Amino acid sequence: MVDLSVKIGSLELKNPVMTASGTFGYGEEYEDFIDINALGGIVVKGTTLHPRQGNDYPRMAETSMGMLNAVGLQNVGVDQFIQTIYPRIKHYKTHILVNVSGSTVEEYVETAAKINELDAIPGIELNISCPNVKEGGMAFGTSCPSAIAVTSAVREVYKKHLMLKLSPNVTNIAEIAKGVEGAGADSVSLINTLLGMAIDAQTRRPVLSTITGGLSGAAVKPIALRMVWQVANAVAIPVIGMGGISTAEDAIEFMLAGASAVQIGTANFIDPQITIKIIDGIKSYLEKHQMDSVQALIGGMVTD
Amino acid sequence: MKYIHDFTVVGNDRQTKDFVVLTLQAGAEALPEMQPGQFAEVRIDGAPGAYLRRPLSIHDVDYDKQQIKLLIQEVGKGTKVLTQQAIGSNVNMVYPLGKGYNMPDSKRVLLVGGGCGVAPLLFLGRHLKKNGITPRFLIGTRTAANLVRLDAYSELGEVMVTTEDGSAGTKGYVVNHPVMRTQQPDFDWIYTCGPEPMMRILAKYANNHNLTCQVSLENHMACGIGACLCCIAPTRDGNKCTCTDGPVFDSKYLQW
Repeated sequence: MVDLSVKIGSLELKNPVMTASGTFGYGEEYEDFIDINALGGIVVKGTTLHPRQGNDYPRMAETSMGMLNAVGLQNVGVDQFIQTIYPRIKHYKTHILVNVSGSTVEEYVETAAKINELDAIPGIELNISCPNVKEGGMAFGTSCPSAIAVTSAVREVYKKHLMLKLSPNVTNIAEIAKGVEGAGADSVSLINTLLGMAIDAQTRRPVLSTITGGLSGAAVKPIALRMVWQVANAVAIPVIGMGGISTAEDAIEFMLAGASAVQIGTANFIDPQITIKIIDGIKSYLEKHQMDSVQALIGGMVTD
Repeated sequence: MKYIHDFTVVGNDRQTKDFVVLTLQAGAEALPEMQPGQFAEVRIDGAPGAYLRRPLSIHDVDYDKQQIKLLIQEVGKGTKVLTQQAIGSNVNMVYPLGKGYNMPDSKRVLLVGGGCGVAPLLFLGRHLKKNGITPRFLIGTRTAANLVRLDAYSELGEVMVTTEDGSAGTKGYVVNHPVMRTQQPDFDWIYTCGPEPMMRILAKYANNHNLTCQVSLENHMACGIGACLCCIAPTRDGNKCTCTDGPVFDSKYLQW
């Protein structure tokens, strides 16, 4: 019997497979396809202090082995989340993390403080890396001082697990990771989407209403893997890897690069059962390689 | 309840240069009940550049034979792969998705399809007929060569046609057809699917004549199940997902 459990700071996950924010709704959307409780954790839709309508349609463009999105953090706002959605999902027997975003440090702090009061939410993922909003989001995650400032401020009010979701749209992601580690982050998750763009050659117009958007899917995997490896070598806190993971083998590669757990994002759109297949695939891999625990994979890349 | 099932291709009937009807046989699991206007997210394999599933209307359902038909127009890499599926090959679908057309409170209905938008109207027509309502179809295309499945529609009710080049039926757009030029329309409900400009004109027409108009949007989607929030349409209640709150909307609910 192989042991699939991993530890992310104070969080004990039954397996290393989580879902990425913005790709899995609030979990409910996938109930017809999988047992949500079988997951290591879920990170629910990006939540802000006030409700947001997001960007105009079109918000999505398919690309080679990937997609661009420019949703722009459409969400019901933290109060509505607490009143109507939280009561519906709090029974899940998996870790539910809330992805938190904001336009100002104060908004991040106020939202995090409200979520701190929810017993069934053991952690938040602080989104300082959304490329699709005019203010806030990625602006906080692309400079070290602002990433540190928002992390420190939230750390003061948020007492549970604080995960920082990092932007790949930076010169040196390891520096930002070290910065937020010093400011009190319990873990870092990466990568958020890469800033990209699509033009329709026939109409000569941008495909997205916002012109630019965030690239995700299989196409980004090699970049994500490299960044996870760089960050894992730079910080002592756990790293949660994501970016184009579509198979168990992909997930294992991220763990070998140093990730303690992984998040599955865009692949959920292509196969709503992919998370369970990845969990099963990791288990088979461990059995095949006669390994007792998935933890042995973490940072296990062989270089000699 | 939504399902993810594998189907076997048992028919691939090319209608025209661009249109194919795929007949899909259910596997071990029985077909769930589907509503006209609902759609399936069809997996595309083996098409470089086509990464996501393709949302396609349920064109027809035969519960006795346990078969679903899809009417597919070849518009890009993904649909090209689907139209080339050989008999016996496997097609994976997440279905039935979204909210379909509502049943009318009148027996006088007009079903208006533009281009590939005719796809859901066959299943709708069949459903209406089963409920004692005779559907009338108004189908608009660019040219006669793009008119598909007219025999199947004719079995259910009257079929009227417009073509932009006048090669069949009335020359012009669907709104140029005599049935829409009368002082007082002889129908109370319009069901439509097709290009958005066409549906917007029909919505306006319905407003002017105090009719009900149900439109099916063809917004681009990623997940199809309300998770990604990519396919939104502006409504009186803000942005709503076309995949879960639609694809069929009452035209008055949309911010058109």
